[in-house]
Amino acid sequence: MNAYDYWSIFQGSFTTVGVSLAGVLVGLPLGLCLALLRWAQMPVSRQIAYLYVSIIRSCPAVTLVMLIYFGSPQIGVSLSPLVAAMITMAVTASAFSSEIWRSSLLAFDRQQYDAALAFGMPRFTRVWRIVLPQIWRSSLPGLINETTMLIKSSPAIAVIGMVEITRAAQRVGARTYDPLPPLMVGLALYVVIIFALVRLQRRLELSGNRLEPIQ
Amino acid sequence: MSYDDFILVWQQYPKILEAFGNTLMLIVISGSVSMMLGIFLTPMLMSRRKAISLSVSVYCESMRCMPFLLFVYMIYFGLPSAGIQLSNWTTGIVALILYNAAYMAIFLRGAWQDIPKETIEAGRAYGFYGFKLFRRVIMPLMLMRAIPMVGNQWVQIVKDSAFLGIIAVTELTAAMNSIQSTNFIPFASFLSAVLLYWLISLVIELVTSLFTRYAQVRRT
Repeated sequence: MNAYDYWSIFQGSFTTVGVSLAGVLVGLPLGLCLALLRWAQMPVSRQIAYLYVSIIRSCPAVTLVMLIYFGSPQIGVSLSPLVAAMITMAVTASAFSSEIWRSSLLAFDRQQYDAALAFGMPRFTRVWRIVLPQIWRSSLPGLINETTMLIKSSPAIAVIGMVEITRAAQRVGARTYDPLPPLMVGLALYVVIIFALVRLQRRLELSGNRLEPIQ
Repeated sequence: MSYDDFILVWQQYPKILEAFGNTLMLIVISGSVSMMLGIFLTPMLMSRRKAISLSVSVYCESMRCMPFLLFVYMIYFGLPSAGIQLSNWTTGIVALILYNAAYMAIFLRGAWQDIPKETIEAGRAYGFYGFKLFRRVIMPLMLMRAIPMVGNQWVQIVKDSAFLGIIAVTELTAAMNSIQSTNFIPFASFLSAVLLYWLISLVIELVTSLFTRYAQVRRT
């Protein structure tokens, strides 16, 4: 392995992190919307949200990415691998985060919501000012945990030709006929990314404890 | 995308059913074996001998940081240079077992730590120790507490099994990929795969909820 090989695997980590980050940034608000739909008990959209979450949560990332990438031309849009990968990550993140948001919403004290209503706050303000700051804090550990899961499922985007860490490492191995060292380098990169997230989670949990919500 | 596409996909049902059977076989074998291996590893994780607990927890933590595909590549491409050559099927099953056993062991350790100290103390007072204490007192309580986590991990095994198509194991996603590439019907074939995976995980959730109900009656 020469320096360029190390660099090419390292470059793969930009793809892994970038695509996962895009997925999280789009997926988390989407998941919150799904969770709010179910929380608000709207008749039809609630069942649709439930069905969506249930199907996507059991769907392998490989199948989903192929469905989106190969299937999209059939409904008239042709996606580049990068966009398809980002959409896949966002869809996965939305389904998983919706479960976490929902469990925080169920633990949320509904009396506060009613109190805000009594003060005459409009619906959006109630969610934005009263509900969101509190459930945000309680669901953060779970959300970061799900982000590590998302990163672990990100090698699936290699099947549509994206060169992320695992694929880059495997390509180097195929060239040097010694596959184990590049795969170890790849593993080290994943360990760094995931440990950074775990550390972030611990920090946020500590700072979250200092700001106890008002009972 | 139309209704006919689905008919075209399902006209090849022998192929689909065979692949579906393969996926089911992978899941059932690796799920049950990794559960047993997890039960075997948990006492080692909880061991008071530092060398044992440390080495097992290094194994578990490294699996937790590794994407499944990377682990598969390590076994499939990496082991031959160490002189061990496994076929793609063996690789798939071995990788699924070793990868998920680590997760199972971690969940089971969590469940063990969740058992009230008094219960284990009571077991000791009745003269249970060592293996018998684990077998008769700790293990049943630990398994009952871990049911929801283990069920989730089974769903995770379903999702991981789809990666094995990359090393040419003919499981559901790989079979659907070959159907879509010969007939150019990607949407219908992958959607069928997604729905079949959903079916599997619904069955897993059903079984998990049955076990949870069984455990709730016997909860201490």
